[in-house]
Amino acid sequence: MSTSLTEIRFNQSVIFVNALVPLALLGWDGYNHQLGANPLEYVTHTTGILTLVFLLLTLAVTPTRKFTGIPWLVRVRRMLGLFAFFYGTLHLITYMWFDKAFAVIAIAKDVWARPFIAIGMTGFFLMLPLAITSTNKMVKRIGGKRWQQLHKLTYVAGIAGVLHYWMLVKADTRIPIAFGIVLLILFAYRLADKYFPTLTRKFSVNG
Amino acid sequence: MYYIFEEPLLLRALFKMLIKRPDDIKGSEITDDSTYVNRRSFIQKAVIFAGTTAATGILYKMINPKPPIVFEGEKLTGVTPASADVIPVIDEKQTPLIDIANYNNFYEFSTDKREVAEIAKGFISKPWTVTVEGLVNKPKTYDLDDLIKLAPLEDRVYRMRCVEGWSMVIPWVGFPLAKLLKEVDPLSKAKYVAFQTLFDPKRFPNQNSYVLDWPYVEGLRLDEAMHPLTILATGMYGQSLPPQDGAPIRLVVPWKYGFKGIKSIVKIKLVAEQPPTTWNIAGPDEYGFYSNVNPNVAHPRWSQATERRIGEYERRKTLMFNGYADQVAYMYQGMDLREYY
Repeated sequence: MSTSLTEIRFNQSVIFVNALVPLALLGWDGYNHQLGANPLEYVTHTTGILTLVFLLLTLAVTPTRKFTGIPWLVRVRRMLGLFAFFYGTLHLITYMWFDKAFAVIAIAKDVWARPFIAIGMTGFFLMLPLAITSTNKMVKRIGGKRWQQLHKLTYVAGIAGVLHYWMLVKADTRIPIAFGIVLLILFAYRLADKYFPTLTRKFSVNG
Repeated sequence: MYYIFEEPLLLRALFKMLIKRPDDIKGSEITDDSTYVNRRSFIQKAVIFAGTTAATGILYKMINPKPPIVFEGEKLTGVTPASADVIPVIDEKQTPLIDIANYNNFYEFSTDKREVAEIAKGFISKPWTVTVEGLVNKPKTYDLDDLIKLAPLEDRVYRMRCVEGWSMVIPWVGFPLAKLLKEVDPLSKAKYVAFQTLFDPKRFPNQNSYVLDWPYVEGLRLDEAMHPLTILATGMYGQSLPPQDGAPIRLVVPWKYGFKGIKSIVKIKLVAEQPPTTWNIAGPDEYGFYSNVNPNVAHPRWSQATERRIGEYERRKTLMFNGYADQVAYMYQGMDLREYY
Protein backbone atom coordinates (compact mmCIF):
# COMPACT_ATOMS: atom_id res chain seq x y z
CA MET A 1 0.00 0.00 0.00
CA SER A 2 1.65 3.17 -1.10
CA THR A 3 0.61 6.60 -0.01
CA SER A 4 1.59 9.70 -1.93
CA LEU A 5 3.64 12.41 -0.34
CA THR A 6 0.72 14.83 -0.50
CA GLU A 7 -1.46 12.37 1.31
CA ILE A 8 1.18 11.82 3.98
CA ARG A 9 1.49 15.57 4.44
CA PHE A 10 -2.26 15.80 4.74
CA ASN A 11 -2.39 12.99 7.32
CA GLN A 12 0.35 14.74 9.25
CA SER A 13 -1.56 18.00 9.28
CA VAL A 14 -4.74 16.24 10.46
CA ILE A 15 -2.85 14.68 13.37
CA PHE A 16 -1.13 18.00 14.10
CA VAL A 17 -4.42 19.88 14.33
CA ASN A 18 -6.00 17.12 16.42
CA ALA A 19 -3.08 17.14 18.83
CA LEU A 20 -3.75 20.81 19.44
CA VAL A 21 -7.47 20.31 20.14
CA PRO A 22 -6.99 19.57 23.87
CA LEU A 23 -4.86 22.70 24.24
CA ALA A 24 -7.47 24.81 22.44
CA LEU A 25 -10.26 23.44 24.65
CA LEU A 26 -8.18 23.92 27.77
CA GLY A 27 -7.54 27.53 26.77
CA TRP A 28 -11.17 28.10 25.86
CA ASP A 29 -12.43 26.64 29.14
CA GLY A 30 -9.87 28.70 31.03
CA TYR A 31 -10.92 31.86 29.22
CA ASN A 32 -14.54 31.15 30.17
CA HIS A 33 -13.69 30.27 33.79
CA GLN A 34 -14.83 26.70 33.26
CA LEU A 35 -11.86 24.95 34.84
CA GLY A 36 -13.61 24.45 38.18
CA ALA A 37 -12.71 25.46 41.69
CA ASN A 38 -8.98 24.83 41.34
CA PRO A 39 -8.05 25.81 37.76
CA LEU A 40 -4.29 25.54 38.27
CA GLU A 41 -4.55 22.01 39.53
CA TYR A 42 -6.77 21.27 36.54
CA VAL A 43 -4.24 22.64 34.05
CA THR A 44 -1.37 20.80 35.77
CA HIS A 45 -3.30 17.54 35.77
CA THR A 46 -4.53 17.82 32.19
CA THR A 47 -1.16 18.74 30.69
CA GLY A 48 0.43 15.91 32.67
CA ILE A 49 -2.07 13.38 31.35
CA LEU A 50 -1.59 14.68 27.80
CA THR A 51 2.18 14.25 28.12
CA LEU A 52 1.69 10.60 29.06
CA VAL A 53 -0.89 10.05 26.32
CA PHE A 54 1.45 11.40 23.65
CA LEU A 55 4.41 9.44 25.02
CA LEU A 56 2.39 6.25 24.78
CA LEU A 57 1.09 7.16 21.31
CA THR A 58 4.68 7.73 20.18
CA LEU A 59 5.69 4.34 21.49
CA ALA A 60 2.64 2.71 19.92
CA VAL A 61 3.54 3.88 16.39
CA THR A 62 5.94 1.10 15.48
CA PRO A 63 3.83 -1.82 16.72
CA THR A 64 0.71 -0.33 15.13
CA ARG A 65 2.55 0.15 11.85
CA LYS A 66 3.65 -3.47 11.86
CA PHE A 67 0.26 -4.85 12.79
CA THR A 68 -1.67 -2.74 10.33
CA GLY A 69 0.89 -2.44 7.58
CA ILE A 70 0.35 1.30 7.24
CA PRO A 71 3.87 2.48 6.40
CA TRP A 72 3.29 6.26 6.66
CA LEU A 73 2.61 5.99 10.39
CA VAL A 74 6.32 6.24 11.01
CA ARG A 75 6.16 9.70 9.48
CA VAL A 76 4.01 10.98 12.36
CA ARG A 77 6.08 9.46 15.15
CA ARG A 78 8.41 12.43 15.49
CA MET A 79 5.47 14.81 15.67
CA LEU A 80 3.75 12.76 18.38
CA GLY A 81 6.98 12.68 20.35
CA LEU A 82 7.38 16.43 20.04
CA PHE A 83 3.82 16.88 21.26
CA ALA A 84 4.68 14.80 24.33
CA PHE A 85 7.58 17.17 24.90
CA PHE A 86 5.37 20.19 24.23
CA TYR A 87 2.70 19.18 26.76
CA GLY A 88 5.43 18.12 29.19
CA THR A 89 6.91 21.61 28.95
CA LEU A 90 3.51 23.19 29.63
CA HIS A 91 3.08 20.82 32.58
CA LEU A 92 6.46 21.81 34.03
CA ILE A 93 5.84 25.53 33.45
CA THR A 94 2.47 25.36 35.22
CA TYR A 95 4.12 23.79 38.22
CA MET A 96 7.10 26.16 38.28
CA TRP A 97 5.08 29.27 37.61
CA PHE A 98 1.91 28.87 39.63
CA ASP A 99 2.94 26.46 42.32
CA LYS A 100 6.39 27.86 42.95
CA ALA A 101 6.35 31.32 41.29
CA PHE A 102 9.69 30.36 39.64
CA ALA A 103 11.35 30.32 43.07
CA VAL A 104 14.43 28.28 42.14
CA ILE A 105 15.34 27.38 45.71
CA ALA A 106 11.82 26.24 46.52
CA ILE A 107 11.81 24.11 43.37
CA ALA A 108 15.21 22.60 44.19
CA LYS A 109 14.01 21.82 47.71
CA ASP A 110 10.86 20.25 46.31
CA VAL A 111 12.86 18.05 43.94
CA TRP A 112 15.03 16.97 46.83
CA ALA A 113 12.23 16.39 49.34
CA ARG A 114 9.52 14.89 47.14
CA PRO A 115 10.60 11.88 45.10
CA PHE A 116 7.59 12.15 42.77
CA ILE A 117 8.72 15.62 41.70
CA ALA A 118 12.27 14.40 41.19
CA ILE A 119 11.04 11.52 39.04
CA GLY A 120 8.77 13.81 37.02
CA MET A 121 11.69 16.17 36.42
CA THR A 122 13.85 13.23 35.35
CA GLY A 123 11.21 12.24 32.83
CA PHE A 124 11.14 15.75 31.44
CA PHE A 125 14.90 16.09 31.15
CA LEU A 126 15.06 12.71 29.41
CA MET A 127 12.75 14.08 26.74
CA LEU A 128 14.92 17.15 26.24
CA PRO A 129 17.77 15.47 24.26
CA LEU A 130 15.16 13.54 22.29
CA ALA A 131 13.44 16.74 21.23
CA ILE A 132 16.76 18.38 20.36
CA THR A 133 17.89 15.44 18.23
CA SER A 134 14.56 15.06 16.48
CA THR A 135 15.52 16.92 13.28
CA ASN A 136 16.61 15.12 10.10
CA LYS A 137 19.95 16.91 10.31
CA MET A 138 20.58 15.56 13.78
CA VAL A 139 19.62 12.03 12.74
CA LYS A 140 22.25 12.26 9.98
CA ARG A 141 24.85 13.76 12.28
CA ILE A 142 24.41 11.16 14.99
CA GLY A 143 23.88 8.26 12.62
CA GLY A 144 20.73 6.20 12.34
CA LYS A 145 21.83 3.35 14.57
CA ARG A 146 23.05 5.51 17.41
CA TRP A 147 20.07 7.81 17.04
CA GLN A 148 17.73 4.85 17.49
CA GLN A 149 19.65 3.75 20.56
CA LEU A 150 19.36 7.22 22.04
CA HIS A 151 15.66 7.41 21.34
CA LYS A 152 15.00 4.26 23.33
CA LEU A 153 15.10 6.75 26.20
CA THR A 154 11.47 7.39 25.30
CA TYR A 155 10.68 4.22 27.24
CA VAL A 156 12.57 5.47 30.28
CA ALA A 157 10.74 8.80 30.06
CA GLY A 158 7.46 6.87 29.86
CA ILE A 159 8.36 4.82 32.94
CA ALA A 160 9.32 8.01 34.81
CA GLY A 161 6.02 9.63 33.79
CA VAL A 162 3.87 6.71 34.95
CA LEU A 163 5.81 6.40 38.19
CA HIS A 164 5.51 10.15 38.81
CA TYR A 165 1.73 9.93 38.36
CA TRP A 166 1.36 6.77 40.45
CA MET A 167 3.33 8.28 43.35
CA LEU A 168 1.35 11.48 43.62
CA VAL A 169 -2.10 9.88 43.69
CA LYS A 170 -3.60 9.64 47.17
CA ALA A 171 -5.43 6.34 47.02
CA ASP A 172 -7.08 5.67 43.66
CA THR A 173 -4.20 4.38 41.55
CA ARG A 174 -6.37 2.85 38.84
CA ILE A 175 -5.59 5.40 36.11
CA PRO A 176 -1.81 5.50 36.62
CA ILE A 177 -1.83 1.71 36.71
CA ALA A 178 -3.76 1.65 33.43
CA PHE A 179 -1.09 3.85 31.86
CA GLY A 180 1.54 1.51 33.31
CA ILE A 181 -0.13 -1.54 31.79
CA VAL A 182 -0.22 0.05 28.32
CA LEU A 183 3.45 0.93 28.69
CA LEU A 184 4.23 -2.61 29.78
CA ILE A 185 2.42 -4.08 26.78
CA LEU A 186 4.34 -1.82 24.40
CA PHE A 187 7.59 -2.75 26.08
CA ALA A 188 6.74 -6.44 26.01
CA TYR A 189 6.09 -6.14 22.28
CA ARG A 190 9.55 -4.65 21.74
CA LEU A 191 11.19 -7.42 23.73
CA ALA A 192 9.24 -10.07 21.87
CA ASP A 193 10.16 -8.43 18.58
CA LYS A 194 13.81 -8.52 19.51
CA TYR A 195 14.09 -12.01 20.97
CA PHE A 196 11.26 -13.89 19.26
CA PRO A 197 10.98 -12.11 15.92
CA THR A 198 9.23 -15.07 14.29
CA LEU A 199 6.40 -14.68 16.79
CA THR A 200 5.73 -10.99 16.19
CA ARG A 201 6.30 -11.23 12.43
CA LYS A 202 3.49 -13.75 12.23
CA PHE A 203 1.03 -11.01 13.18
CA SER A 204 2.63 -8.30 11.09
CA VAL A 205 1.17 -7.27 7.77
CA ASN A 206 4.39 -6.59 5.91
CA GLY A 207 7.27 -7.81 7.90
CA MET B 1 -22.14 14.39 -0.40
CA TYR B 2 -19.16 12.16 -0.67
CA TYR B 3 -20.78 9.86 -3.19
CA ILE B 4 -21.96 12.66 -5.43
CA PHE B 5 -18.51 14.14 -5.62
CA GLU B 6 -17.13 10.73 -6.38
CA GLU B 7 -18.89 11.05 -9.74
CA PRO B 8 -18.03 14.48 -11.13
CA LEU B 9 -19.04 13.60 -14.67
CA LEU B 10 -22.47 12.51 -13.61
CA LEU B 11 -22.85 15.62 -11.51
CA ARG B 12 -21.75 17.83 -14.34
CA ALA B 13 -24.28 16.27 -16.65
CA LEU B 14 -26.94 16.84 -14.04
CA PHE B 15 -26.02 20.50 -13.67
CA LYS B 16 -26.02 20.96 -17.41
CA MET B 17 -29.49 19.57 -17.69
CA LEU B 18 -30.79 21.72 -14.90
CA ILE B 19 -29.18 25.01 -15.73
CA LYS B 20 -28.45 25.28 -19.40
CA ARG B 21 -29.19 23.43 -22.51
CA PRO B 22 -26.04 21.70 -23.72
CA ASP B 23 -25.70 23.78 -26.89
CA ASP B 24 -25.73 27.04 -24.84
CA ILE B 25 -22.39 26.30 -23.31
CA LYS B 26 -19.19 27.38 -24.93
CA GLY B 27 -16.24 25.05 -24.59
CA SER B 28 -14.34 27.64 -22.58
CA GLU B 29 -17.06 27.73 -19.96
CA ILE B 30 -16.78 24.07 -19.10
CA THR B 31 -14.95 23.61 -15.86
CA ASP B 32 -12.01 21.36 -16.42
CA ASP B 33 -11.62 18.08 -14.62
CA SER B 34 -8.76 19.08 -12.37
CA THR B 35 -10.86 21.79 -10.71
CA TYR B 36 -13.48 19.21 -9.94
CA VAL B 37 -10.95 16.82 -8.56
CA ASN B 38 -9.44 19.58 -6.42
CA ARG B 39 -12.79 20.70 -5.17
CA ARG B 40 -13.67 17.16 -4.30
CA SER B 41 -10.52 16.64 -2.33
CA PHE B 42 -10.89 20.04 -0.69
CA ILE B 43 -14.32 19.16 0.63
CA GLN B 44 -13.13 15.70 1.59
CA LYS B 45 -10.26 17.23 3.45
CA ALA B 46 -12.48 19.74 5.19
CA VAL B 47 -14.78 16.91 6.26
CA ILE B 48 -11.86 14.89 7.60
CA PHE B 49 -10.53 17.90 9.52
CA ALA B 50 -13.92 18.81 10.94
CA GLY B 51 -14.82 15.21 11.74
CA THR B 52 -11.61 14.23 13.47
CA THR B 53 -11.25 17.45 15.47
CA ALA B 54 -14.89 17.18 16.56
CA ALA B 55 -14.26 13.57 17.61
CA THR B 56 -11.11 14.53 19.50
CA GLY B 57 -12.96 17.41 21.15
CA ILE B 58 -15.84 15.16 22.20
CA LEU B 59 -13.40 12.57 23.56
CA TYR B 60 -11.64 15.31 25.55
CA LYS B 61 -14.95 16.55 26.92
CA MET B 62 -16.01 13.00 27.81
CA ILE B 63 -12.83 12.29 29.74
CA ASN B 64 -12.85 15.63 31.50
CA PRO B 65 -15.40 16.53 34.17
CA LYS B 66 -18.68 18.21 33.34
CA PRO B 67 -19.43 21.86 34.17
CA PRO B 68 -20.29 22.63 37.81
CA ILE B 69 -23.77 21.95 39.14
CA VAL B 70 -25.73 24.64 40.96
CA PHE B 71 -26.96 23.22 44.25
CA GLU B 72 -30.33 24.31 45.63
CA GLY B 73 -30.77 23.19 49.21
CA GLU B 74 -33.61 23.59 51.65
CA LYS B 75 -33.54 26.88 53.50
CA LEU B 76 -32.78 26.27 57.18
CA THR B 77 -34.81 28.25 59.67
CA GLY B 78 -33.95 29.46 63.15
CA VAL B 79 -30.20 29.59 62.56
CA THR B 80 -28.51 31.66 65.27
CA PRO B 81 -25.06 33.28 65.43
CA ALA B 82 -22.22 31.20 66.91
CA SER B 83 -22.90 30.51 70.58
CA ALA B 84 -19.45 30.08 72.04
CA ASP B 85 -17.33 33.18 72.42
CA VAL B 86 -14.21 31.14 71.67
CA ILE B 87 -15.12 31.07 67.98
CA PRO B 88 -12.64 33.35 66.22
CA VAL B 89 -14.12 35.67 63.62
CA ILE B 90 -12.73 34.97 60.16
CA ASP B 91 -12.54 38.04 57.98
CA GLU B 92 -11.24 36.11 54.97
CA LYS B 93 -13.44 35.88 51.88
CA GLN B 94 -15.89 32.99 52.02
CA THR B 95 -15.54 30.39 49.28
CA PRO B 96 -18.52 30.53 46.88
CA LEU B 97 -21.07 27.73 47.27
CA ILE B 98 -20.58 26.70 43.63
CA ASP B 99 -16.91 25.88 44.42
CA ILE B 100 -17.63 24.19 47.76
CA ALA B 101 -20.29 22.06 46.09
CA ASN B 102 -18.24 21.08 43.02
CA TYR B 103 -14.83 20.25 44.42
CA ASN B 104 -15.29 17.41 46.84
CA ASN B 105 -13.25 14.62 48.27
CA PHE B 106 -16.01 12.10 48.87
CA TYR B 107 -14.64 8.76 47.75
CA GLU B 108 -17.97 6.99 48.33
CA PHE B 109 -19.16 8.74 45.16
CA SER B 110 -15.96 9.17 43.17
CA THR B 111 -12.25 9.76 43.62
CA ASP B 112 -12.46 12.63 41.13
CA LYS B 113 -13.23 15.79 43.09
CA ARG B 114 -14.94 17.41 40.11
CA GLU B 115 -17.22 14.48 39.45
CA VAL B 116 -18.65 13.92 42.93
CA ALA B 117 -21.43 16.54 42.64
CA GLU B 118 -22.82 14.95 39.47
CA ILE B 119 -22.87 11.44 40.95
CA ALA B 120 -24.22 12.62 44.31
CA LYS B 121 -27.16 14.35 42.67
CA GLY B 122 -30.44 12.92 43.99
CA PHE B 123 -28.80 11.18 46.97
CA ILE B 124 -31.60 10.28 49.38
CA SER B 125 -30.84 11.33 52.95
CA LYS B 126 -34.36 11.13 54.35
CA PRO B 127 -35.23 9.33 56.56
CA TRP B 128 -31.90 9.24 58.40
CA THR B 129 -30.97 7.95 61.83
CA VAL B 130 -27.83 8.31 63.88
CA THR B 131 -27.10 5.70 66.53
CA VAL B 132 -25.08 6.83 69.53
CA GLU B 133 -23.81 3.89 71.57
CA GLY B 134 -20.87 2.37 73.41
CA LEU B 135 -19.63 3.62 76.75
CA VAL B 136 -22.60 5.84 77.54
CA ASN B 137 -25.38 5.83 80.11
CA LYS B 138 -28.10 6.65 77.62
CA PRO B 139 -27.48 5.04 74.23
CA LYS B 140 -30.03 6.10 71.66
CA THR B 141 -30.89 6.01 67.98
CA TYR B 142 -31.90 9.49 66.90
CA ASP B 143 -34.03 10.41 64.00
CA LEU B 144 -32.24 13.28 62.27
CA ASP B 145 -35.19 15.62 62.83
CA ASP B 146 -34.98 14.99 66.59
CA LEU B 147 -31.20 15.20 66.62
CA ILE B 148 -31.12 18.74 65.26
CA LYS B 149 -33.59 19.81 67.96
CA LEU B 150 -31.05 19.02 70.68
CA ALA B 151 -29.48 22.43 70.22
CA PRO B 152 -30.09 25.53 68.13
CA LEU B 153 -28.40 25.48 64.74
CA GLU B 154 -25.59 28.02 64.56
CA ASP B 155 -23.63 29.77 61.85
CA ARG B 156 -19.99 28.70 62.05
CA VAL B 157 -17.56 30.18 59.55
CA TYR B 158 -14.44 27.99 59.52
CA ARG B 159 -11.33 27.56 57.46
CA MET B 160 -11.13 24.14 55.88
CA ARG B 161 -7.65 22.83 55.05
CA CYS B 162 -7.41 19.70 52.93
CA VAL B 163 -4.42 17.41 53.42
CA GLU B 164 -3.83 17.76 49.66
CA GLY B 165 -2.75 21.39 50.07
CA TRP B 166 -5.84 23.44 49.24
CA SER B 167 -8.24 25.29 51.51
CA MET B 168 -11.60 27.01 51.68
CA VAL B 169 -13.58 29.25 54.05
CA ILE B 170 -16.96 27.65 54.66
CA PRO B 171 -19.99 29.10 56.46
CA TRP B 172 -21.28 25.91 58.07
CA VAL B 173 -24.57 25.52 59.87
CA GLY B 174 -24.45 23.10 62.75
CA PHE B 175 -24.33 22.56 66.49
CA PRO B 176 -21.57 21.54 68.91
CA LEU B 177 -20.96 17.79 69.09
CA ALA B 178 -20.61 18.31 72.85
CA LYS B 179 -24.36 18.93 73.10
CA LEU B 180 -25.11 15.46 71.73
CA LEU B 181 -22.42 13.79 73.83
CA LYS B 182 -23.81 15.36 77.01
CA GLU B 183 -27.26 13.99 76.10
CA VAL B 184 -26.02 10.40 75.98
CA ASP B 185 -23.88 10.90 79.10
CA PRO B 186 -20.48 9.22 78.52
CA LEU B 187 -19.13 6.82 81.15
CA SER B 188 -15.83 7.74 82.76
CA LYS B 189 -14.18 4.87 80.86
CA ALA B 190 -14.98 6.56 77.56
CA LYS B 191 -11.82 8.18 76.17
CA TYR B 192 -12.44 8.34 72.43
CA VAL B 193 -15.31 8.86 70.01
CA ALA B 194 -15.59 6.68 66.89
CA PHE B 195 -17.68 7.74 63.89
CA GLN B 196 -18.99 5.74 60.95
CA THR B 197 -20.38 6.69 57.54
CA LEU B 198 -23.38 4.95 56.02
CA PHE B 199 -22.47 1.79 54.11
CA ASP B 200 -24.83 1.40 51.18
CA PRO B 201 -23.25 0.73 47.78
CA LYS B 202 -26.60 1.41 46.11
CA ARG B 203 -26.46 5.01 47.27
CA PHE B 204 -22.66 5.27 47.40
CA PRO B 205 -21.67 3.57 44.13
CA ASN B 206 -17.93 3.79 44.68
CA GLN B 207 -18.27 1.64 47.80
CA ASN B 208 -18.20 -1.19 45.26
CA SER B 209 -14.54 -0.37 44.62
CA TYR B 210 -11.61 -1.27 46.82
CA VAL B 211 -10.14 2.23 46.90
CA LEU B 212 -10.64 2.46 50.67
CA ASP B 213 -11.80 0.14 53.43
CA TRP B 214 -15.57 0.73 53.66
CA PRO B 215 -17.39 1.98 55.58
CA TYR B 216 -15.39 5.14 56.24
CA VAL B 217 -14.53 5.48 59.92
CA GLU B 218 -13.04 8.35 61.88
CA GLY B 219 -12.24 9.15 65.48
CA LEU B 220 -11.46 11.88 67.97
CA ARG B 221 -10.12 11.96 71.48
CA LEU B 222 -12.98 12.75 73.89
CA ASP B 223 -11.60 16.19 74.77
CA GLU B 224 -11.32 17.03 71.06
CA ALA B 225 -14.87 15.85 70.52
CA MET B 226 -16.11 17.95 73.44
CA HIS B 227 -14.26 21.07 72.26
CA PRO B 228 -16.64 23.96 71.47
CA LEU B 229 -15.16 24.34 67.97
CA THR B 230 -16.11 20.78 67.04
CA ILE B 231 -19.51 20.67 65.39
CA LEU B 232 -21.93 18.37 63.64
CA ALA B 233 -22.89 20.28 60.50
CA THR B 234 -26.22 19.91 58.75
CA GLY B 235 -25.91 22.83 56.36
CA MET B 236 -23.89 25.60 54.80
CA TYR B 237 -24.78 29.06 53.53
CA GLY B 238 -28.04 28.84 55.49
CA GLN B 239 -29.19 25.84 53.43
CA SER B 240 -29.26 22.11 53.99
CA LEU B 241 -25.98 20.33 53.27
CA PRO B 242 -25.39 19.32 49.62
CA PRO B 243 -25.04 15.52 49.37
CA GLN B 244 -21.53 15.93 47.94
CA ASP B 245 -20.52 17.70 51.16
CA GLY B 246 -21.79 14.98 53.48
CA ALA B 247 -25.57 15.27 53.76
CA PRO B 248 -27.45 15.05 55.93
CA ILE B 249 -24.99 15.32 58.83
CA ARG B 250 -21.21 15.45 59.05
CA LEU B 251 -18.40 16.24 61.43
CA VAL B 252 -16.38 19.48 61.20
CA VAL B 253 -13.14 19.81 63.17
CA PRO B 254 -11.59 23.01 61.79
CA TRP B 255 -8.07 22.60 63.18
CA LYS B 256 -7.62 19.18 61.58
CA TYR B 257 -7.18 18.16 57.95
CA GLY B 258 -10.45 17.90 56.06
CA PHE B 259 -10.58 14.10 55.90
CA LYS B 260 -11.17 13.99 59.68
CA GLY B 261 -14.56 15.58 58.97
CA ILE B 262 -16.41 12.34 58.32
CA LYS B 263 -19.53 12.67 56.17
CA SER B 264 -23.04 11.17 56.17
CA ILE B 265 -22.68 9.82 59.71
CA VAL B 266 -24.90 6.95 60.89
CA LYS B 267 -23.06 5.80 64.00
CA ILE B 268 -21.21 7.44 66.87
CA LYS B 269 -19.63 5.18 69.46
CA LEU B 270 -17.89 6.11 72.71
CA VAL B 271 -14.90 3.83 73.29
CA ALA B 272 -11.97 3.34 75.65
CA GLU B 273 -9.22 2.77 73.08
CA GLN B 274 -8.10 4.86 70.13
CA PRO B 275 -10.37 3.72 67.27
CA PRO B 276 -9.12 2.84 63.76
CA THR B 277 -9.50 5.56 61.12
CA THR B 278 -9.90 4.99 57.38
CA TRP B 279 -7.02 7.04 55.98
CA ASN B 280 -4.70 5.76 58.68
CA ILE B 281 -5.51 2.23 57.55
CA ALA B 282 -4.90 3.22 53.91
CA GLY B 283 -1.55 4.92 54.60
CA PRO B 284 -0.31 4.62 58.19
CA ASP B 285 2.87 6.63 57.61
CA GLU B 286 1.02 9.37 55.74
CA TYR B 287 -2.17 9.94 57.74
CA GLY B 288 -2.08 9.84 61.50
CA PHE B 289 -4.92 9.59 64.01
CA TYR B 290 -4.52 13.24 65.05
CA SER B 291 -3.95 14.84 61.64
CA ASN B 292 -3.85 18.33 63.07
CA VAL B 293 -3.08 20.97 60.46
CA ASN B 294 0.65 21.55 60.92
CA PRO B 295 2.84 23.48 58.46
CA ASN B 296 5.98 22.09 60.13
CA VAL B 297 5.24 18.41 59.59
CA ALA B 298 5.34 17.50 55.89
CA HIS B 299 3.28 14.76 54.36
CA PRO B 300 5.85 12.17 53.18
CA ARG B 301 5.07 13.10 49.57
CA TRP B 302 4.45 16.85 49.75
CA SER B 303 5.05 19.87 51.94
CA GLN B 304 2.29 21.18 54.21
CA ALA B 305 3.92 24.60 54.66
CA THR B 306 1.67 26.34 52.15
CA GLU B 307 -1.79 25.93 50.70
CA ARG B 308 -3.81 27.18 47.77
CA ARG B 309 -6.97 28.93 48.89
CA ILE B 310 -9.66 28.08 46.36
CA GLY B 311 -10.21 31.21 44.27
CA GLU B 312 -6.65 32.49 44.74
CA TYR B 313 -3.59 31.97 42.56
CA GLU B 314 -0.71 32.62 44.93
CA ARG B 315 -0.19 30.04 47.62
CA ARG B 316 -0.61 31.21 51.20
CA LYS B 317 1.22 30.09 54.32
CA THR B 318 -0.51 27.35 56.27
CA LEU B 319 -1.19 28.32 59.88
CA MET B 320 -0.50 26.10 62.88
CA PHE B 321 -3.72 24.26 63.81
CA ASN B 322 -5.20 26.00 60.76
CA GLY B 323 -5.18 29.31 62.67
CA TYR B 324 -6.98 27.89 65.72
CA ALA B 325 -3.88 27.49 67.89
CA ASP B 326 -5.16 29.88 70.57
CA GLN B 327 -8.24 27.75 71.00
CA VAL B 328 -6.86 24.22 70.73
CA ALA B 329 -3.08 24.12 71.28
CA TYR B 330 -3.49 23.40 75.01
CA MET B 331 -4.90 19.95 74.24
CA TYR B 332 -1.60 18.87 72.69
CA GLN B 333 0.83 20.30 75.22
CA GLY B 334 3.81 18.04 75.80
CA MET B 335 3.00 15.91 72.77
CA ASP B 336 5.57 15.49 70.03
CA LEU B 337 3.48 16.46 67.02
CA ARG B 338 6.01 14.85 64.69
CA GLU B 339 5.30 11.55 66.30
CA TYR B 340 1.57 12.13 66.74
CA TYR B 341 0.96 13.56 63.25
